[in-house]
Amino acid sequence: MNVRLYVWQRATAALIAPLVLVHIAVIFYATRSGMTAADILSRTHNSIVWASYYGLFVAAASIHASIGVRNVLTEWVSLHDRRAGLFAIVFGLLLAALGVRAVYAVVLS
Amino acid sequence: MLGDLSVSLWRGGEDGRYETYNVPQRASQTVLDVVTFVQRHIDPTLSYRFACRVGVCGSCAMTVNGRPRWTCRTHVAKVAGSGRLEIGPLENLPVIKDLTTDMQPFFEKWQQAQGVFAPTKTRHDEIEQIRPDSPARRLVDAAIECINCGVCYAACDTVRWNADYLGPAALTRAWTLDNDERDAGGTARLQAVSAAGGCHACHSHQSCQELCPQALNPTAAIAGLKRRTTAAYLKGEIKA
Repeated sequence: MNVRLYVWQRATAALIAPLVLVHIAVIFYATRSGMTAADILSRTHNSIVWASYYGLFVAAASIHASIGVRNVLTEWVSLHDRRAGLFAIVFGLLLAALGVRAVYAVVLS
Repeated sequence: MLGDLSVSLWRGGEDGRYETYNVPQRASQTVLDVVTFVQRHIDPTLSYRFACRVGVCGSCAMTVNGRPRWTCRTHVAKVAGSGRLEIGPLENLPVIKDLTTDMQPFFEKWQQAQGVFAPTKTRHDEIEQIRPDSPARRLVDAAIECINCGVCYAACDTVRWNADYLGPAALTRAWTLDNDERDAGGTARLQAVSAAGGCHACHSHQSCQELCPQALNPTAAIAGLKRRTTAAYLKGEIKA
């Protein structure tokens, strides 16, 4: 890992930490208050706030996780930097695509 | 007499094996004493490395019952409670023969980390006054007493996983120089320790600081380098 990847991974970690706490608080609130799926979707539908919140979450998690996977591949599987980097980019894009699909489902569909 | 120790010693090169010897146990006996006894009384072909025998030169480090240690200052009573000793060459370094490793990769990484003092003055200039209580000098003092024994390098998981990783000793040396007010290596050295295999590869497992015979804390030095290189990168002083 070089300093650029280090900065990106630490910066996204700092971003993810509060996002995870709010995410967990929302899960507790939604499940404890007896909301149905329809209730939740009615609140998230067309909401720019939830779209931005989870959009940011997806972007940060995709970058953070792909850098971590790159490290695992170089250290534990002994892949060369270039090959591990390519695999990590594909993995990050896959995570981002799955995340964007989920955000689209709860906000726009 | 305290009886005999059962001592397994690594014999041969990378593809060698452990062979067992019986060595008489003595009071205040060090692990280096045990190895020396085998060479002088049982098998003179045993290869190992030592010089000062008093914890200064850093040449006698070996793997003792699974952990890297300086053998001249490691008492048998401390590490062989069961009366059994297994002594091998340092890990993470090529084995030359028996207990002797090739330290070349270790010192090459010192060079890669630019662990060489870059002077700012000539012999004609006045000697610079360094206050012992200045913050920078205190950081140097906390990390300067490395004896290059290679124990931290052998103990490091990141070195084991990543052949390019510079290792705790080289990075600690870079940290002491970066805090030396007389040194001019600054940005170039920060650049050198920020590349792949540099300080950012450290996972902070802290095996280095747990096993350093000089009780140094390379993990703290590496953390200092991480902070300083990150600041330099964000200011555009170094490139990724």
